[in-house]
Amino acid sequence: MTDSHAPHETVDHADLKAMGEVHEHPTWKQYKWVALILTVITVFEVWAYYVPAFVASRGFVPTLLIMSGAKFAIVVMFYMHLKYDHRLFRALFTGPLMIAVATIVSLLFLFAKLSVGAHG
Amino acid sequence: MATAVVPHAAHPATTTGLDHRKVAIWAFIGSECMLFASLISTYLIYKGRSVVGPFPHEWWCPDTRTQTFCAGESAAHYVHTLKPILNIPVTSQSTFVLLMSSLAMVLALSAVENKDKMPANPTLGERILGSSRLWLFMTALMGATFLGYQAFEFTSFVHEGLTIRTNLFGSSFFTLTGFHGAHVTAGVLWLLTLLAIDLKRGLGPKDALIVDISALYWHFVDVVWIGIFTLVYLIR
Amino acid sequence: MATAAARPAYALPESYGASGVWSWLTTVDHKRIGALYMYTALAWFAVGGLEALIMRLQLYGPNGRVVSAETFNQLFTMHGTTMIFLVVMPLSAAFFNFLIPLQIGARDVAFPRLNAFSYWVFLFGSLFMNASWLIGAAPNGGWFGYTPLTTYTFSQGLNIDFWMIGLQILGVSSLAAAFNFITTIINMRAPGMNLMRMPMFTWMAFVVQFLLVLAFPVITIALIFLQFDRFFGTNFFAMTAGADPLLWQHLFWSFGHPEVYILILPAFGLVSEILPTFSRKPLFGYPVMVYSGMLIALLGFGVWAHHMFAVGMGAIADSVFSVTTMLIAIPTGVKIFNWIFTMWGGNLRFTVAMKFAISLVGLFVIGGVSGVMHASPPADLQQTDTYFIVAHFHYVLVAGSMMGLFGGLYYYFPKITGRLLSERLGNWHFWLFFIGVNLTFMPMHWSGLYGMPRRIYQYDAGQGWEIFNKMSTIGALIQAVAVIIAFWNIWRSRTHGAVAGNDPWGAPSLEWSIPSPAPVYNFAVIPTVTSRYPLWDLKSPHLSRGTPHEAGAAQVIAQPERVRSAEELGIPLPYPTIKPLLVALFMTLMFSSLLLIHKDKTPLAIAGILTCAAAMTAFLYGWLTAPLEPEHH
Repeated sequence: MTDSHAPHETVDHADLKAMGEVHEHPTWKQYKWVALILTVITVFEVWAYYVPAFVASRGFVPTLLIMSGAKFAIVVMFYMHLKYDHRLFRALFTGPLMIAVATIVSLLFLFAKLSVGAHG
Repeated sequence: MATAVVPHAAHPATTTGLDHRKVAIWAFIGSECMLFASLISTYLIYKGRSVVGPFPHEWWCPDTRTQTFCAGESAAHYVHTLKPILNIPVTSQSTFVLLMSSLAMVLALSAVENKDKMPANPTLGERILGSSRLWLFMTALMGATFLGYQAFEFTSFVHEGLTIRTNLFGSSFFTLTGFHGAHVTAGVLWLLTLLAIDLKRGLGPKDALIVDISALYWHFVDVVWIGIFTLVYLIR
Repeated sequence: MATAAARPAYALPESYGASGVWSWLTTVDHKRIGALYMYTALAWFAVGGLEALIMRLQLYGPNGRVVSAETFNQLFTMHGTTMIFLVVMPLSAAFFNFLIPLQIGARDVAFPRLNAFSYWVFLFGSLFMNASWLIGAAPNGGWFGYTPLTTYTFSQGLNIDFWMIGLQILGVSSLAAAFNFITTIINMRAPGMNLMRMPMFTWMAFVVQFLLVLAFPVITIALIFLQFDRFFGTNFFAMTAGADPLLWQHLFWSFGHPEVYILILPAFGLVSEILPTFSRKPLFGYPVMVYSGMLIALLGFGVWAHHMFAVGMGAIADSVFSVTTMLIAIPTGVKIFNWIFTMWGGNLRFTVAMKFAISLVGLFVIGGVSGVMHASPPADLQQTDTYFIVAHFHYVLVAGSMMGLFGGLYYYFPKITGRLLSERLGNWHFWLFFIGVNLTFMPMHWSGLYGMPRRIYQYDAGQGWEIFNKMSTIGALIQAVAVIIAFWNIWRSRTHGAVAGNDPWGAPSLEWSIPSPAPVYNFAVIPTVTSRYPLWDLKSPHLSRGTPHEAGAAQVIAQPERVRSAEELGIPLPYPTIKPLLVALFMTLMFSSLLLIHKDKTPLAIAGILTCAAAMTAFLYGWLTAPLEPEHH
């Protein structure tokens, strides 16, 4: 496939940066923290499942959605380094994501799985 | 005829400075959002509408394949022991494995990018962190482990009376998770290919882009599972 | 006077690439791929037109006996599927392929081999779907395939299998092309060509690629559900298992509505190229045209259930979709006004291309007005499933899209072939088509409101529909004559058309700065762009004086006296390769093997799928590991 530059023996960091290929990536330490946070959130999610009082409450679904939304955002921003990359990629991802979420939500309303005001 | 004097028309740089393939993979990921949105919507729409069991979160006796009691059990005992067909403890493990595979992937990419920056006398820790082969292997291994869990789950469901044809839950569940599993499988094969290249000729900073693209795909597949785990398994 | 040579006398033969069938099978050149799309689409246009003619003959008078009900079902299904997926979309793809790199100052698309793959998948998919005619099992469930009619319980022949597998294959073609063009437009623009300097066709094409990328996955899943139901016995549309027939409709129309904007926006883009050139005026309100295109696409995802006003979604859902549907008329209307203001006060030249473009502007309004009428759910309860709807969508698709695409054909034929289409024959084509289209589809507004339902193969006398049907049939025959003249024009002009120079029309954009036909490498030197109308800046600055410019002279490079070969210029060309064709072929055969399941030959089906998958993977591996083009240092 097309290279955007002539081949070098090694590509130095300055070149890569100029090409927009490398930004300040998170380091191993930061990745460790990210993995830890993701694990902790997952533990909370599973724990919540086993608390019948919480499951029966109105807060259960929103809380779980927020927690998994947080995991989603963390993986996308840090592991997929969308936070550090060219903003074109942010646009290419968030646009379709918003349309996808809007489609899911609309379909849930249309099939009466969600109703305005009450919990389904 | 071309002569030595003719200047070579250099390849024009890309408008954004970004590689074509990276732009394309993000566009692809955008379209995959809609693919999985359609599958997830269908699962959620059909939730609670199956005419016959098993149902995802209601107790189910695999022996009688109904919601009536297993032999020897009493009603009182059963009411207090939740035994839904969806197995949260086991699936939590596979979810964790997939989540950690993303960490391995990120370390693999980092190792490839920083291969030139290995110090002359690396410590054991530095060698471990810097081994792209190790981390590519670990990612693929964890992905394959996740698939193993899925295979276990699918076969136990079939034994307990849930197939893709049984009811709406079966059809939508197996199709959704099956498509996800197929994406994981493709990812594992992709990673193994990269590993093979790494073993053969080595992957270095000049290969960072292709590893980055496979990483983006891999993380996306993980992220879809984050959604599925919550919407299918945890939310009742 | 027309000469026998198709190319300018100063062109070197090797500037244009090899000749011969093999060179076409292995081409990765976007211009050739565009030509392949165009000729294939025109061939399917004849097929789809024939399907329509037979239907019109059947409906000419009451109780027609030209075809049976079953055949009629196959005709209207295939006419719709063919015209949408095998004509309008590939004709648009022909222009995307041909024009986008030329308009942005690039030498090819981002992924040339993927581009070739898209075409071959389209060709093989279209052949697969139409192969069904050979066994009398053409798809018969409507182009929209509503369940549960199309489930196995109610449709046990191979007809629906051909339809769903065929569409799945065609979807791969469109998706692959979309990723290609998105990357191309983002990443391969010439220096100075920022997004707000791109020609309008490229802008509309850009918007359409996003529509494709977001809409096709939805129908992919809908088709997967139908395929799983029909082949594997799943329950997505099984009523006895509690399935909802509306699931198909919602998924289909979530794709289907963006699809219709996919069908019209490229034609809109072509009109936005043609009108300024032949009005000798810049496009009125360029930024607004860009934003309205984007808004149409965005809103297009929020209107789909207006196809379902009669299913009983409830007052809230009906109202929401009614409002969004009415809203989408606004950006569309804005475009109409901008086109009118472009022509206003301009120095108009009524070439054939211009006539087609102006017809779109006028006739699309008719289609749009009936569309707004459908947007009201109570009114739509009368209109839906009648010929009133048929009138609407034929106005927007035939009097809209096809007119725009024909205009594009006349406008860009010289750039593709080096020769002009005959204006004399073109005028016959235009006027007969214009009269034919209006005579065919205008009466349908009346027969529809008088209650004539869609998709009926016969009607009784005495319901007040005869006169309208007669007019439609005569109109269809006139359209047929027009199209025959068009085909004759194309055929003849390839060898006898007047030789066109670089810029026969006096147009403003980059594609007109290079020879006609374009050399294989497009631009000898990649231009630096300083405004929206680079050629006008250079040749007719008074025309583009009022538009935004960068300081300094226009820098479009004038062409050398002799067109040089790529080798002389030191431009590396991608290697031709047969692998995209082979991967496409084995992918189609792999999908086709599924048909065997319904012929009780499941083991054979599995064998077929595995063998073809292996072949596909092998050739794909070869493709991915082969370099795109010669190494350059």
